[in-house]
This record gives sequence, C-alpha cells and structure tokens, in this order.
Amino acid sequence: MTHLTQFGGMAAVLVMLQGAPTSGGVWAAFFAAHAAKFGSYFLLVALLLAVYSFLFGGLALFGRDALSERIGETARRAGIAVFFMVFLAALTLVTAAFQDNFSIFYIFQHSNRDLPLPYKFAVLWSGQEGSLLFWSMLLSTYGLVLRLRHKTDTRLFAHASVIIAGVQIFFLLLVNFAAKPFGLTQGALPPDGSGLNPLLQYPEMVIHPPMLYLGYVGFTVPFAFGLGALIMRYPGEKWIHITRRWTMVTWAFLTVGIFLGSHWAYNVLGWGGYWAWDPVENASFMPWLTGNAFLHSVMMQEKRGMLKIWNVWLVFSTFLLSILGTFLTRSGIVSSVHAFAQSSIGSWFAVFWLLTLGVCLVVFFKNKDHLRSEHRLEALVSRESSFLFNNLLLLVLCFTIILGTFFPVFHEWVVGTKVTVGPEFYNKEAFPIALLLLLLTALGPLLAWRMTSVDSLKRNFLWPALGALGVFFGLLIFGVRPWQDATHFYSALAMTLASLVIFTIASEFIRGGRVISRHSGQNLLLSIAQLGRRNTRRYGGYIVHIGVVIVFIGIAGSAFNRNVEKEMGYGDKVQLGNYELVCRSYTQEDKPNYGSEWAIMEVFQNGKQIDTLYPERRFYKASQQTSTMVANRSSLKEDLYVVYEGLNQDTGRPIIKVYINPLVNWLWIGVITMILGTVMAMMPNTLPSPAAAATRVQTVPVGAGD
Amino acid sequence: MAVLLLATTLFLGAGDDTRFRKLGHQLMCVCGCNQILLECNHVGCSYSDRMRGELVEATDRGDNDDLTLQSFVQKYGPTVIAVPTVTGFNIVAWVMPFMVLLAGTGLAVYVVRSWRGRPIPALPGGIRPATGADLDKFREQARSETDL
Repeated sequence: MTHLTQFGGMAAVLVMLQGAPTSGGVWAAFFAAHAAKFGSYFLLVALLLAVYSFLFGGLALFGRDALSERIGETARRAGIAVFFMVFLAALTLVTAAFQDNFSIFYIFQHSNRDLPLPYKFAVLWSGQEGSLLFWSMLLSTYGLVLRLRHKTDTRLFAHASVIIAGVQIFFLLLVNFAAKPFGLTQGALPPDGSGLNPLLQYPEMVIHPPMLYLGYVGFTVPFAFGLGALIMRYPGEKWIHITRRWTMVTWAFLTVGIFLGSHWAYNVLGWGGYWAWDPVENASFMPWLTGNAFLHSVMMQEKRGMLKIWNVWLVFSTFLLSILGTFLTRSGIVSSVHAFAQSSIGSWFAVFWLLTLGVCLVVFFKNKDHLRSEHRLEALVSRESSFLFNNLLLLVLCFTIILGTFFPVFHEWVVGTKVTVGPEFYNKEAFPIALLLLLLTALGPLLAWRMTSVDSLKRNFLWPALGALGVFFGLLIFGVRPWQDATHFYSALAMTLASLVIFTIASEFIRGGRVISRHSGQNLLLSIAQLGRRNTRRYGGYIVHIGVVIVFIGIAGSAFNRNVEKEMGYGDKVQLGNYELVCRSYTQEDKPNYGSEWAIMEVFQNGKQIDTLYPERRFYKASQQTSTMVANRSSLKEDLYVVYEGLNQDTGRPIIKVYINPLVNWLWIGVITMILGTVMAMMPNTLPSPAAAATRVQTVPVGAGD
Repeated sequence: MAVLLLATTLFLGAGDDTRFRKLGHQLMCVCGCNQILLECNHVGCSYSDRMRGELVEATDRGDNDDLTLQSFVQKYGPTVIAVPTVTGFNIVAWVMPFMVLLAGTGLAVYVVRSWRGRPIPALPGGIRPATGADLDKFREQARSETDL
C-alpha cells in the first residue's frame, strides 16, 4: 500500500476535521493527523516487547539462579507492556473510526460518516487488518491476566508466558508487515468512506466477533500451559486443573460466539436457516468439538491419572484447529460466503501452523515418557470407557467436518475437478454420529468410575429408558412417522434420545436430592436445589447436557420447516400452515446511512389478526450493497419468518417469502442453558458435601466421583 | 417436554415436498453465493431464476432425476451438484467418517481390553483396591451416606 506524504496527510486531516479551535478540538486534530503514526509505533514497540519477552523469558527458563529470575521478571513485565501497546494501537484505530479519519485506508474501507456509532466501534474487527489487530489485543489481554496471576505457579506460568509471547510475535508480525491497519490512503483524501459491509450492520455483529475471537484466541492459553507443562515435565496434575478452567472459559466464549453467529445468520441472511455448514462456520465448530472432548477426558486425568498423552494432544489439536480455522477464513482455499475476510496472508498462517505442529511433535517425542498413565482401565462398562467413547465420537465428528470442508480441495488434487460439499453431506454423515453422542450423554452419568455392575446399570437405567420409550410411543400416537423418510426418522430418534438424556439427568438430581433430604430432613425440591451448591462442577455439567439436549430438540424441529414465496400487491393474501398473511401496504424510506423498502403484513390465525410484521430490505448507500431485515414472530412452538426479497422490476410489487420454522426458539434457550451450566460448573462449591464433611472425621475415603 | 411434544405434533404431517423441491435442494446456485438453489434469496440473481426455470421445465418434461441433474452438470459443471455423487473418488468422502468411527471403536475396545490385562497397581501400605462384591458394597455405602 502506498502512502501519502506525512505533511500532506496531516494537512488533509486538519482540513477534514471541522471542530472549533478549542483546546480539545486542537488535540483531536493533532491526534487525527498523527493517528497512523501513533498506531504504527505502538504496534512496532509491542512487537519488540513481545520479542524481548519471548527471548529473554525463554533464556531465563534455563537457569534457576537469582539473575535468571530477574531476567525472567523483566520478560514478564515486557509481556504485560505488550498489552498496553496493543491496546493503545486498537484504541487509536477505533478513535480514528469515530473521527471519520479517512486518511487511514482501513477506516476509509470499512466506515463512513453516517455509520451509527456502535458500528464504528465494530469497524475494529470488520476487516482483515483490524481483526488481526483485535486478535492480537485479545491475546495480549489473556497474556496480561496470565502474567498477573503468575504467583499461582511461577515456573509453569513463566513457561506459558514465553509460549504466549511466541504466538503474540506471529500476530504482531502480521499487523506490522503483512496486514497493516494503519496504512495511509493514497491520493486525495476522500470525502467519505466506503462503508461497513451491510451484513455486519446488525446489533449482534457488535458482540458475535468478539465472542468468537475470545474463544479462538483463548485456546492459546490452554495450549501454552499444556506445552509448557510438557517442556518442563511438570510434576503432578496442577497444570491440568489450571488448563481445564481456562478451557472452560474459552469454550464458553466460543459457544456464545458460534450461536450468536447462527442467530445473526438466521435474522440477517434471510434464507430461513441458522447453520449452512459453510467452511468458516465449520472452522469455528472444529476447535469447539476438540475443546469439548478435552473438557470430558481431562476428568480421567484429574481423577485417575489416565489419558495424559491424549489430553496433551487434545489441547494441541484445539489450538491448531483454531489456527487452521483462521487460515481457512483468510486464505480463500475453499469457497465460503465469508469472502470478506479473504486475502493473501493465508500463507503466513500455513507456515505458522506447520511450525507450531513441528514444535508440538518435537516437544511431545522428547517428553512422552513423562505422560505415563498411573492407573489401568478396569472395565469396558465404566465411566472411564464412556469418556473414551465420548472423545472418539467427538473426534470422528470433527474429522467428518474437516473432511467435508477440505474435500473439494482433495478432489481437485486427485481428480482435477472441484466438487461441492453442501449441507446434505454433513446432515447425512454427522447427524448419526451426533445421535450416538446423545445416547452416550444419557448413559455416561449412570456409569460409575472403575466398573459398573449390570445390576447397578439396570437399576439406574430402567426408569429413564421406560420414560424415553413412552415419549417415542407418544410421538407415534401424535402422528410422527419415522419410517416416512430419513429426516422424520432422525427427528423422532433425536427427540427420543433427548428425552432419555433428560430423564437420566432428572434421575441423578432426584437420587442426590433424596440423600440430602434423608440426612437433613428438608423437602426433596429444596434438597435438589442444594445439590448444585454442593458440587457445582458435576451438576453444572448436567445443566450443560440439558442445554445440549434442548439444542438438539430445536434442530430436530427443522425437519418440519415449510415455506412459500409469492409476489404480493395491496391486499394480496398468502396462506402457510394455519397462518394467513395479508399485504396491507409496501413503501420506501430514506435514512442517512441507507434507503429501505418494506412491506406491512397483517398476520391472521383462525380469522383473527394476531400480529403485524414489517419485513424490510435495505440498500446501504456507502457500500452500494443490500441487506435483509427479517420480520420474525417467534414463539416456543414455531417461528413465522417473513422475508422481503425485493421488488419485481416488471410489476413493481414486492416478493415475499414466508417460512414456518418449528422449535427454533429452543435452540437459543438451549444455548443459554449451556452457558448457565458452564458458569455454574466454573463456580466454587458454596456448601460442603457430606463426603467432604465425612473426610474430616474419617481419613479413609469412600465413594465415587463425578 | 409436554410443551415440546405438543408443539411437535401440531406441525406434523404438513410436509409439502415436491420433486421440484427435492431436486432444487440437490443443486447449488452458481452465482457465487454458495447457497442451495432454492435457498438463494438474491432477488434479481441472474442465475437462480434461470436455473429454477430450467428445473421446472425439466420436471414438466418428465425427465427423471438423474437426467435432470446430469443436464445441470453438463451446463454448469460438477460443482452445481450440492453433494458429491456416490461414484469414484467421492466414495471416500461418504465412507471415511464411518470407517474412522469403526476403526476408532475397535481401537478403543482394544485399548480398554489391553489395559484390563495390566496388573493392578499396589497402593502404599499394601492396600489393594476393592473389586467385585467388595466394590459394590462400598459403592452402596457411599450412595446411602453421600450425594456423590
């Protein structure tokens, strides 16, 4: 990118800013004139500090004398300073967006004067350069928290700090040399910017990318602890406790990010769905699955000292998949609807990915003798086995998604032509595996650690299984015909298995509640409520499972989606299901940032008006692009989803598409439940469990675990 | 669950899938939007309207599914089909996930069995972990005395 001359740029910015000559105005003008320079310097200093933190922090790890300690401390402080430098750079870019400083090319490309203020904030992550700066800022924030908490375990945290500094160097190299957010606009200063991508001008877009990035970036921390612990041959399992907590936080962010993206797609893209199996969606799902597998298998290591190699590789894979996802987004190697993020920096990510994999392999083979299991697995029917198979299914699911995502590339290598791998492939391949996973989710909590007797399994499983069978027959009685086609079959099976999971979890809560009730004399409901406070991790986990089940129910509803499309004039009617929609009017509106066309649709049910909907289509002036604003009447039963597709150029009348999407709301309720469960699982126990009280008196431990 | 069951039953049996819909969901719009043909919602899209028209013509003519899909492949290339056909190298994509699942299950069973063969590690003080009936007895005691 070529740049304006320094003084030409400064003069242009001063002319552009028309504030009064107050001291604040002068400062603002001065800042605007120098914003690009300030931002670039902040990033350069951040890079130097990260290099210092990496090199000297690494050097300090070799010694154990006072000098090494002092050097290590300077490296830690340099790591902290990286945060402030990157934060200032990000602040500079956001301020430039608020000041409409189009002398910075990135601001010119992604903002315009009439862009609403919240979206000006979102400019930071709406393009390639800004999103990498944002990534770098989040990484430095995680690094800051980690370095401030170094007293938890000085040596382990020092190792993790060096590894984070290494990753930070990569991202700072990118924003300093390959994707500069502070490049200057060439030629005369434009009066207005090109505007933000209309698809991103939606409230959730202010939250979705930060959440997703917090997830992606956050996996660097467990990776740093895992690699650090292996390098230093960390004695004991403390590192795994620390890593698990960080992984849970990160996984929760990624969950929120993924589902906010789905919600955005549902409400903005206007095709009636929330998940299209697009490569970029898949990219976020892959580390989510391996992170999920780690959160399960880590219990084996914590409780039984098993699966150490497996866990280390799950941590490594999760980080590698989050980088692979970014590579997919940026490289354009596979076609995606997220084309706005594509560029030539994919090769940087490919090199970094290979380098990271190489480091993981070298460190692993050098230290793998440190990862011996301390216990043997005693029975096939045990909690340990259920975790093993849970991990297997999650990883096969992840493999299926990787295969589907990259298959067009493989096909081109082998056969010479590209193929499309659309949603039907994933539905046919991934859904059966996901249902097996659901079955295991029902079985897992009923299995005891070490081994489970058939009697115990029968006793625990009988009532939930009968309940699920009852639900299945209930579905048949109410008209579900699983033999009709594959979609109905999977839908019925998903509902039945979902009910099985709910019944097993309910039986767990009731059983635990009964024990407390028996000991305390409280009623059963109060006792059940107390359970969560006694063992947050276990019961929080169950609530996450309930959330997953509710999500499955929401997905199962999609088997019954219906839609109709019609060109509608004044007073025209369209019928779908038991809804009748009447087009009362259609009109146009002009706003500073966009012009819009919209229809007024009255909704009737059984002859009675129940609502009025306003589906809209916007035309954004700066970017010259259109966007849909779906009108959605949402209930627990179904969504009435109305899309204004545009005007028929020949007749001048709007084309309206109406969908009935059953049970979609349950998807969002499920996600909220999952997040609540995760938060609960991260909280410390607030009431002592009877077992803990017993150990104070009785030194010989008895019992199972969670 | 009752609400869900009721909700499920209220919309059942209302499926209005036609052959056009079925085939339209097996094809991609080729305008670059990466969407299924019948889900391409770009009004004025120069491809999807034309392609939908061609699909209607083909179904009206009575062309069978294979012939209809092949005519689209001839005209728009192999990427117009929404999923890989079950032929040639494409079979790898369809079979691999289940092969990996089978192989993984076999491996997991093998690992569990081989671990079972390992000697039981001795605990400090010569204590041996409880097994069989003893383990069941301790578990029952734990169940009755704790919430774990």
